[in-house]
This record gives sequence, structure tokens and C-alpha cells, in this order.
Amino acid sequence: MAKVLVVTSGKGGVGKTTSTAALGAALAQMGERVVVVDFDVGLRNLDLVLGAERRVVFDLINVVQGVAKLSQALIRDKRLENLWLLPASQTRDKDALTEAGVGSIIAELRTRFDWILCDSPAGIERGAMLAMRYADEAIIVTNPEVSSVRDSDRIIGMLDSRTVKAERGERVEKHILITRYDSGRASRGEMLTIDDILEILATPLLGIIPESQDVLRASNVGSPVTLNNAASAPARAYVDAVRRLMGEAVTMTVPVERRGLMNRLLRRRAA
Amino acid sequence: MMNLLRLIGGRTASAPVARERLQILLAHERGLRGQPDLLGLLRTEILAAVSRHIVLDPEKVIVRMDRGKHVSTLEVDIEVPNGVETSLAVVAS
Repeated sequence: MAKVLVVTSGKGGVGKTTSTAALGAALAQMGERVVVVDFDVGLRNLDLVLGAERRVVFDLINVVQGVAKLSQALIRDKRLENLWLLPASQTRDKDALTEAGVGSIIAELRTRFDWILCDSPAGIERGAMLAMRYADEAIIVTNPEVSSVRDSDRIIGMLDSRTVKAERGERVEKHILITRYDSGRASRGEMLTIDDILEILATPLLGIIPESQDVLRASNVGSPVTLNNAASAPARAYVDAVRRLMGEAVTMTVPVERRGLMNRLLRRRAA
Repeated sequence: MMNLLRLIGGRTASAPVARERLQILLAHERGLRGQPDLLGLLRTEILAAVSRHIVLDPEKVIVRMDRGKHVSTLEVDIEVPNGVETSLAVVAS
């Protein structure tokens, strides 16, 4: 049965889009049929991170308004045949997105895919609301930093009250994905630790993505990090997270960079 | 351990501060969502009760809740100014 997953955070810049692309690609690499949906109307970026920016013809709002069929708006990834993108509109008014419209698109996507990953815009306004509205599960992307944790707490409150599932008296299953984690700084007391964050948010952990140059390198070239450098620490962390999503019991670790001797000698920092 | 690191590094560990600030803030903000503001209510009533007997600076009354998985703790921190006897005397007279 299809699963609708919202990738959300409240705060901007914590890695929602990067994580949506990496998780979507990792799921597709495991043979699952995946669509990633960009809900950030006016500020779309998922197309760029996936390297599909020049292939966008129709978008989510075109489909809501009946200008285009869903099949016309869906873009198939060039590297992974199981991965599809439904882009957001870059120009149109974000009010063009309606709850009923989103509902019917999600319902149609459920018949075609195993996983529907909704990349939420930042904030707690309409766009973020619509992205989480029909979710079965939620991934809350959190940085080990006070403002991000506070906003995650706020979003958790919304997931528990404003989603269709919550209104039916059911629960949206929630997972914390910690990104940009630096275990060195955390152990020196310079950064909130994983335990701090989990205790404060009282929500189970899906994965820990270490701070890494590979993330920027991947988005620079328009390739999800799990594809661009599968051996890198963040890619391994995303793959572990996906295996947990699929119900596998994977020991929680913070993957570390495998650094070459020269790098080590030159003491080049990973972050 | 932390103190040792602090001595070596010459810097104070800031993460515990972040953690504590968040816990206080979120306990407050969660109170504002849906349920009545429990901490605010407790603070007002404690302040009222103590003020009947001691002259207090309302700013110096801190009520915080630490939510744990099994047990939560309620911490009430009231700073009593020196010269309490005189203020008590004033109240009594």
C-alpha cells in the first residue's frame, strides 16, 4: 500500500529538500516506486537538487487547475527509472493550491507509487499545511541548534492536530531526522547531542546525517547524495534511514568520513 | 569531565545552556497550544500565595517544568530579598 510521507521542519535551510531528494533516490535504488512532490510554490528547488530543472514543463498547480494531466507533469529521473518528480510552480500564486486539489492528486499518486514524498516549504503557513495535510508519516528534519529544535516542536504540534489523520483521531507516525550533525562538537559540549534533541522533542529518531561536504557537492551537480557518492558518510546515513523506514532494524550510528591518509596528514576538516 | 575540557579548551560548553533554554521555552509554548497555560497559572498562584506573606519581586519567581519519559519535575525558584524580617513585620503589623 502506498505511503504518503511529508518531509517538514518549520525552519528553513535545515535540509528538507536535500533530504527529500536523498531519501527518494535511496528508496528508488531499493526498487520502490517513488514520487517526490515539491510543495514550495514560488520557491521550487527540488527540481534543481535532482538535476531536472530544465525538464519542467507542467507543475503541481497546472494539475490542480486541470491545465495538465498528472502524467504530463510527472518527470522521470534520468538515472533511476523508479524515481519521479512532481515539480512546484515557480511563477503562479501559491493560493492556487487548494486542499481538495491536493487531495485528489495525492489520491491519484497513491494508485501509481509505493512512496509519495512531500517536500514541505518552510514556515507554518498554507503551503506547509497542505504538504502535511494527507500524510501518513512525517519526517521532521532538525539541526542540532536551538531555533531548529523549537520549530520542530511546533511542527510536531501541527502534525498532531491539523492533518487529516489527526482529525480522524488517528496518529501521523513521526520520525526525527537530524542533519548537519557534528559528533566532535557535540562531544565537546558545543552542540546539542542526539539525546538532548530526542528528549526535548520526545519523538523517535530515524537517522543522523553528519555534516559533510558531500551534501553540497551533490546539490552542486544536481544529483541526490545517495547517487552522487554512495560511499560517503551522508549517503550511508540516508540509506540507513530508508531501511528503517521500510521496517528494518538498523543499528543507529553516525557514519564517519572515510578519509585518506593525505587528508588526515593535512588535517583537512570534513565540515 | 566537562570541567576538565573547559579548562583545556578555555571555553564554556554552550550545549547544556541551549538544552536548558529550550526545555523552559518549549514547556511554556506547549502550554499555550490547546491546553491552558499550566506553568503560567502555577506561577501566578504561587506568586499570589507567597506575596501574602513576603514582599517579592515578581521577576524573581521562576517556575519550570522538566518533562521526562516517566517522571516530570516541577521546580519553583523564588528569590527572597534580604530583610525579609522587616517585610514580614510590615505585613504583620
